[in-house]
Amino acid sequence: MAELILDSVSQSYTARQIIADLSFTLPEGTIGCLLGPSGCGKTTALRCISGFEPIQTGEIRIGGEVVSRPGWMLPAEKRRVGMVFQDYALFPHLSVADNVGFGLRGQPSTERLARIDELLALVGLAGHAGQFPHQLSGGQQQRVALARALAPRPRLILMDEPFSNLDVELRERLSLEVRDILKRETTTALIVTHDQHEAFALADWVGVMHEGRIQQWDTPYNLYHEPANRFVADFVGQGALLSGEVINDHLVEIELGVLNGHIPVECGARGCDECVRNCHVDVLLRPDDIVHDDDSLLLAEVENKAFRGAEFLYTLKLPSGQRALSLVPSHHNHAIGEKIGIKLAVDHVVAFRRE
Amino acid sequence: MLFALAITALVLVPVVVTFSSFAQVDGDILAHLTEFVLPELVGNTLWLVLGVGIGVSVLGVSLAWLTAMCDFPGRRLFDWALLLPLALPAYVTAFVAIGLLDFTGPLQTWLRAGWGITGLPEIRSRGGVILVMSLALYPYVYLIAKNAFATQGAIALEAAQSLGLSRWQGFFRVALPMARPWIAAGLMLALMETLADFGTMAIFNYDTFTTAIYKAWYNLFSLPAAAQLASILILFVLVAVVFEQRSRTRMRYGAVGRSAAQRRIRLSPVRAGLAFLYAGAVLAIAFLIPVMQLALWARTVLADDLDSRYWDFAWHSVLLAGIGALMVVAVALLLAYAGRQRPGTAITWTQRLATLGYAFPGAVLAVGLFIPVAALDNWLIDRGRSWFGFGGTEILKGTLLVMLLAYLVRFLAVGFGPIDSGLHRITRSIDEAARNLGSSTTALLTRVHLPILRASLLTAATLTFVDIMKEMPITLMTRPFGWDTLAVRVFEMTSEGEWERAALPSLAIVVAGIIPIILLTWRGARPLD
Repeated sequence: MAELILDSVSQSYTARQIIADLSFTLPEGTIGCLLGPSGCGKTTALRCISGFEPIQTGEIRIGGEVVSRPGWMLPAEKRRVGMVFQDYALFPHLSVADNVGFGLRGQPSTERLARIDELLALVGLAGHAGQFPHQLSGGQQQRVALARALAPRPRLILMDEPFSNLDVELRERLSLEVRDILKRETTTALIVTHDQHEAFALADWVGVMHEGRIQQWDTPYNLYHEPANRFVADFVGQGALLSGEVINDHLVEIELGVLNGHIPVECGARGCDECVRNCHVDVLLRPDDIVHDDDSLLLAEVENKAFRGAEFLYTLKLPSGQRALSLVPSHHNHAIGEKIGIKLAVDHVVAFRRE
Repeated sequence: MLFALAITALVLVPVVVTFSSFAQVDGDILAHLTEFVLPELVGNTLWLVLGVGIGVSVLGVSLAWLTAMCDFPGRRLFDWALLLPLALPAYVTAFVAIGLLDFTGPLQTWLRAGWGITGLPEIRSRGGVILVMSLALYPYVYLIAKNAFATQGAIALEAAQSLGLSRWQGFFRVALPMARPWIAAGLMLALMETLADFGTMAIFNYDTFTTAIYKAWYNLFSLPAAAQLASILILFVLVAVVFEQRSRTRMRYGAVGRSAAQRRIRLSPVRAGLAFLYAGAVLAIAFLIPVMQLALWARTVLADDLDSRYWDFAWHSVLLAGIGALMVVAVALLLAYAGRQRPGTAITWTQRLATLGYAFPGAVLAVGLFIPVAALDNWLIDRGRSWFGFGGTEILKGTLLVMLLAYLVRFLAVGFGPIDSGLHRITRSIDEAARNLGSSTTALLTRVHLPILRASLLTAATLTFVDIMKEMPITLMTRPFGWDTLAVRVFEMTSEGEWERAALPSLAIVVAGIIPIILLTWRGARPLD
């Protein structure tokens, strides 16, 4: 258990994905997540932290100790960093118990056996100690891999797309379980994924990555509600951007009316103070920002609809031709092409400077 | 990478050496060769290739179809038992066939005495050679074709039937053409063995390149002539190699899907009976009868021949095969690791070249490696004389060096196959997982790699061991004085027509040869994939 700090780390020559100027701090005992589309550099970042890729600038510190800097790195086997691989990489010739105990060599055998038992119990595989990896299901293999990584009490656990080989249902259940296990072991963990549901379910801190850079390092809540830029807004959650014009530091006018944010309008970088009157911006509207109201005089045409059980997600075409999304309780079943009344329910304004 | 290149160089040395023999042409011998020897050799070789080609294809494909696609009594047994002839070197089948079917053999004697029947076709003929070689080598086609049919036969047939073809039409118009790359690959392996065969040809006195190389070496004492003959043989072999490699690439693209549990064709009782008789007859003629005859013969000489000399032969065979197998496994392991360390096209091609030696006939390798070693020897002796006053005629020539190098080149592919595929099972993330759990390089190799590879190493060593035990021409031509092996003993006894006395060493070779077949059947592995 230790704090993980990346300080402007870059890596571009050995890996196919590059990372540039990567900085974040993962506090001790918390779970972090690098979220991004494939090819964004998140796996490279993980490999730099685990000690399989050298870095070109900056440094990586685990629990205050520098483990990587340009031209030098602490060998992977000395880092005390556990890793759960995408393909689990269980040792096929060893039983479940021996897999878990692999990293415990050098400890007295009573302690070793106790630790193996403890971990197998923790991951719910107490009865499977003597089995071999190929006899287990995917979800069980995943848990063995986690137990194996946790066994030597590493300072940090890394997980590379840990659930991508599992089916959707199992994925959701396991991600909650894994969070539980990690929290019980009070481990600092960093997880790489392209699935935001996974990230939100697991992580205390999420870094959205794109083209080798971290776009935003924040809590899941803030990523959704206060995305730092267009990429984050687009990648995390659903929504539409509508063009608008700034009236003053609290008011923005869009096609559907004037939005009054409770917090000052910020466009572009955080704390932008260039937002002045007549500044053109794009305003982010999440599906829950537009509410269906039959009495409203504001009308929009239903262009598409997706049934979600409790609600419909309508794609609406506004009079100007711009599109917006709206989440509507499913008893309001409207046909495509129909015009329905809507009204705005915006809590705070997220705007990006028009480029 | 450097190491891999060195191995490749070693493999290419015999080729370069044999071709460069045309630089120093011995006029008389060459004239003799081209006038009297070559036309017959080429004719004999072409007939042989054609005949054996047809023979192994018909036997291999028909038996593969029956065991892979049809259901008949004993199918499960035949499925693996039909591979047993692989344990019988062709030269053993050959002398048993001659011993049994010759004019003075039991069958003809009995027919003459009891029935007055004479005029059976002569076994010592072109037809006889082709028959024996086909029976000995059909398992190559059988094994690969069976895999092809098992993986895609049912789908192909069902598709064909859904399009309105009868079963027979489906077989000839869809299943057979689909399996063509596989059949071709098996066929080419069988033909390489045919071109490489020395023992059978010597027993039948059927002159081909291998026997001619041997004669040029021992009777004419002409290394250049032997080398020139070897180079012509290489040309034949290379044609086969090109075809084989091309079929292999097509095999990769051709693989459609796997039908896990396929429905076999239910044969009518009559047809099932015929299938049983056919498969049973092939098995009996190609394996059971020869082995029984060997056993009978061996019993008659057991009392006299099972002496210390026999144990010497056996010990030499085991020792050479053991050293050779260890060497092959070690080199194959390094070659496979070279590919793992730096994957890429360059190393893949190097590996393919380095393992090409399986195609080179033993006689060619013997000549191609003896010449450079002899040259090195002479150079060393010259140096030795001028520098240290060393007196002697050979340093390396009289040692096992040439023989072991030739084994290495010839059997590297046999060892490389299982080791490389075993190594492919150890993914990069398994390495990294071990590292993350605190393993040093040594610990990684001893705690993870070695245990995972153990079975592959064992397979590679066993296959190589048995192949070296069966090997005849390299051992015969390059063994140091006093290093007679079981195979050499078989050669000597058969060249004197003493079948009974050849039986005992043959039996030992056959028993050793059955081990890898059992191994292959148990593990469901394919030897040449």
